[in-house]
Amino acid sequence: MRIPCPFCGSRDSREFVFRGDAAPARPALDAGEGEADAMFDYLYLRDNPAGHFEELWYHAQGCRNWLRVRRDTVTHAVAGATFARAGQAA
Amino acid sequence: MTGPHRLGTGGLVDRTRTLSFRFDGKAYTGHPGDTLASALLANGVRVFARSFKYHRPRGVLTAGSEEPNALVTLRTGARAEPNTRATTIELFDGLEAVSQNRWPSLAFDVMAVNQLFAPLFVAGFYYKTFMWPAKAWEKLYEPVIRRAAGLGALSGQEDPDHYDHAHAFCDVLVVGGGPAGLIAALDAGRSGLRVVIADEGPLLGGRLLSERVIVGGHQGTEWAAAASAELAAMANVQVLPRTTVFGRFEAGEYGAIEQVADHLPVPLPGQPRQRLWKVVAAHTILATGATERPIVFDGNDRPGVMLASAVSTYCNRYGVAPGRRAVVFTSGDSGWQTAADLIAAGVTLVAVIDTRNAVPEVLAAPVRAAGVTVITGGQVIAASGSPLSRVIACDAGENRVSLDADLLAVAGGWNPQVALATHIGHKPVWRDAIAAYALGDPPADVMAAGAADGIYGLAGILASARAAAQVAMAALGHDAVLAPLPRADDVPHAVSAVWASGPCKAKAFVDFQHDVTADDVTLAVREGFTSVEHLKRYTTLGMATDQGRVSQVNGHGLLAAATGRALAETGTIRARPPVVPVAIGAFAGHHRGRAFRPIRHTASHDWAAQRGAVFVDAGQWQRAQWYPVAGETHWRQSVDREVNATRNGVGLCDVSTLGKIELIGADVGTLLDRLYINGFSALPVGRVRYGVMLREDGLVMDDGTVTRIAPDRWFMTTTTANAARVMQHIDFARQVLWPTLDVLAVSVTEQWATYSIAGPRARDLLTVALPDVDLSNDALPYMGAITLRWRGHAARLYRVSFSGELSYELSVPAHAGAALVEHLFGVGAAFGLTAYGTEALGVMRIEKGHPAGNELNGWTTATDLGLGRMASKKKDFVGRVSALRPALVDPARPRLVGLMPADGTATIRAGAHLLRVGAAPVAVNDQGYVTSACYSPTLGQPIALALLANGADRHGETVVVHDPVRGADVLAVVCDPVFFDPAGERLRG
Repeated sequence: MRIPCPFCGSRDSREFVFRGDAAPARPALDAGEGEADAMFDYLYLRDNPAGHFEELWYHAQGCRNWLRVRRDTVTHAVAGATFARAGQAA
Repeated sequence: MTGPHRLGTGGLVDRTRTLSFRFDGKAYTGHPGDTLASALLANGVRVFARSFKYHRPRGVLTAGSEEPNALVTLRTGARAEPNTRATTIELFDGLEAVSQNRWPSLAFDVMAVNQLFAPLFVAGFYYKTFMWPAKAWEKLYEPVIRRAAGLGALSGQEDPDHYDHAHAFCDVLVVGGGPAGLIAALDAGRSGLRVVIADEGPLLGGRLLSERVIVGGHQGTEWAAAASAELAAMANVQVLPRTTVFGRFEAGEYGAIEQVADHLPVPLPGQPRQRLWKVVAAHTILATGATERPIVFDGNDRPGVMLASAVSTYCNRYGVAPGRRAVVFTSGDSGWQTAADLIAAGVTLVAVIDTRNAVPEVLAAPVRAAGVTVITGGQVIAASGSPLSRVIACDAGENRVSLDADLLAVAGGWNPQVALATHIGHKPVWRDAIAAYALGDPPADVMAAGAADGIYGLAGILASARAAAQVAMAALGHDAVLAPLPRADDVPHAVSAVWASGPCKAKAFVDFQHDVTADDVTLAVREGFTSVEHLKRYTTLGMATDQGRVSQVNGHGLLAAATGRALAETGTIRARPPVVPVAIGAFAGHHRGRAFRPIRHTASHDWAAQRGAVFVDAGQWQRAQWYPVAGETHWRQSVDREVNATRNGVGLCDVSTLGKIELIGADVGTLLDRLYINGFSALPVGRVRYGVMLREDGLVMDDGTVTRIAPDRWFMTTTTANAARVMQHIDFARQVLWPTLDVLAVSVTEQWATYSIAGPRARDLLTVALPDVDLSNDALPYMGAITLRWRGHAARLYRVSFSGELSYELSVPAHAGAALVEHLFGVGAAFGLTAYGTEALGVMRIEKGHPAGNELNGWTTATDLGLGRMASKKKDFVGRVSALRPALVDPARPRLVGLMPADGTATIRAGAHLLRVGAAPVAVNDQGYVTSACYSPTLGQPIALALLANGADRHGETVVVHDPVRGADVLAVVCDPVFFDPAGERLRG
């Protein structure tokens, strides 16, 4: 599998470290009431869709950017990748 | 003449040179250009192997990599390679091969008695017979079956050859170098595209090497040679002969295996035996050709029954007559070509039997004219003799004829080779016109051309290859540069679907390599295994090393007939990589032995090696474990000496392997507050602080120190093992969790060489070694840090201590590390400076109760390790919320404690479990376990660290250290984990 790193170009997936679903957002700092439940959801509740999926990959053997990669979990076809730090230049 | 079956002329073998080789100990000769199979056939050898299950004698069925029968063990000794196809082994001088799966000899095989029990050995036999008792499987049935059934055996010796890995990137990958592949590669290459063309054979040309055809006014072989030469001369084309593309993976990635030196007796010096290619292609043209199908009839596995295309190949390419008296049995036009080839080769052609009633006169007339019996609408009922001596056939009127023949050429139609396209999910579809499965709607970047797309006429093949190349170029937005296509003639090439003939009551084989018969298929259907996938698993049809390339579709045909379905309905299976067997060594490549993974050496590695250091692997790093000196015979002597020298004088330890990360930016303090359980933002410049990092699930991830070098510049250390992980964690935090923080982070682990100088005389030594630096407690207190220059190099000096002694960590750029060590030992001689390794370091940290890798094991909380008090209540940090989960704050959790043997001498071993005195040694009574243990020369007794339930409240209690694997139980007294200098006076001295 190959991943189009927006900084390095198309690279072998072996250069990357997989993390998982890009959707869960860490609960805000000091979320207060209900933070335990929110953290549990963030840590452990995952969708497992067949098909289109956005996930986080780390270009460990490259530019060290965290990427949001759009991948089809059925075909492994990678539709594209962007920097995970939304809106910021890497 | 190399063998009685060698034809007088013809073939692509070099008759001017003779090669000697041995098969089963007997000497033979052949020519360069021969395969082992062609050379043995030339010598009249007809039995090559015994079959997998029934031990039936088998000959050669094919002339290519799809061969299911003629598997031999090639070479001897450590280079012996079992299950090698004689049809693909290029002959070399001195070649030695032996047959397999027979005892005591190929001619007389004791296990052939299996045939007598053949009615028992039907599909599912093992499942049905050996169901009970389960234990007997392991001890009795499986060993016996494995000895009786099977193929060749490994040598059991280390492989003396080496294997290479290579990568290629191209616009167009052309798989197969036959007429279609050559045209596609020429068109794409001449147009300027980057092309890789791979073919499994030593010569490009494919069927042009095996057939008597004219291309562009030249003999096919000559045209292929010219095309091959033109491709080899193009800078943008890479020609890979002897290279089999064995798998397609995601995003246009292919695996290919190049047999670099398999055609040589041994690889040349420095040459790899094979090379594993990873090819990334924007577009792929499958010019993989088609594989001929056998027909299922009784005795169709007799040595001498051969695919018609293979017969033509042996006659035309190798100049070998595979028999003296031949019969051709065909279900289509291509068998008549073989009949013509046999006549041209001077072989006595006894009869041609076509299952069809009507045969094109252009094919039949010349055969009839040669005086050959032609039977249309007929079939072969049985073949007998071992090797083949008789063919029983019948004509359209069911009249039987008995034919005296030693060669039966069978042409059952063609299967386009589209396995590669199916590897990532494409399912081939049935095409009535060619009576075969072919690509339906393949992935956008894959096209089949020529016979791989079911096009069998030569002119049609060339045109289809050009069309495929044009599609590829259009898809890539590239202009095509096209020369006129060479002229070629289409001969008739109709096929019909015939899977079986005759009664198929005796042994009529569908899968030759796994000994699956027509009976097995009908039995499977009778028992309800009616899908192609169930048929495969129940009968093992197509599961052998040949992947059923010649057998699969016949099995599906029989299944369809038995279930009254059409082949379009039954469908076929998807193949899995690899297309051909690939040696594990090729995947390993150079990553064997010392080169299994990269080795990292610190800057002073050579210095340590010269002092005789014993090294230990710490991840990829090699670290000095201890430094033995003259007279020391046991590692403990070295370690005890190193500890004592450090505690009583001064020692030096290379700690360069600790992870080092430089953080820069206005918000580093804020980020560190969120990553560590304790606070950092208020850390003054020039100070160091110890910190503990959690994972988001509340368990400890790593520990280390952070130094504030300047207001916006910080320096972090991690444990050696977690360096990469912490770097990743920081990048995640600053890029994903809190991207607005102003923080840059970079790993500088390899940029700094760092040495710990520890012991009561550490300051005295450094005062001499660094005369310009003020080392007083005021200028550089405990947990202070300064920058300095040493011999012009930027250097840093941190007053931190892992050993519990007065201690400094001195860092210089890695390239100056060796010089620094030399300098320190030059100065240090007067102070008795002693080098100590990781063992002494470990002893001293256990004496001080510092948690390390054994305690930071992914199961412990900060509180478990006695570090819970460090956690800030004033700020949020990664893992804070989860660390408060009830199970993680349970006071009964195992906590870090010290252990001392009750008798003061007994050895405690890490990994042993703890029990209450008198409790039975069962899991429910488990109280915890020993994490780290050593002999403490400082205390003069063994000590250990352990995680003990409620441990903090149990100091003084006696527990049992239970170690059933390595030793008897030991009584130990629980104590504080800090054994030495609990007040920390020494490190502040």
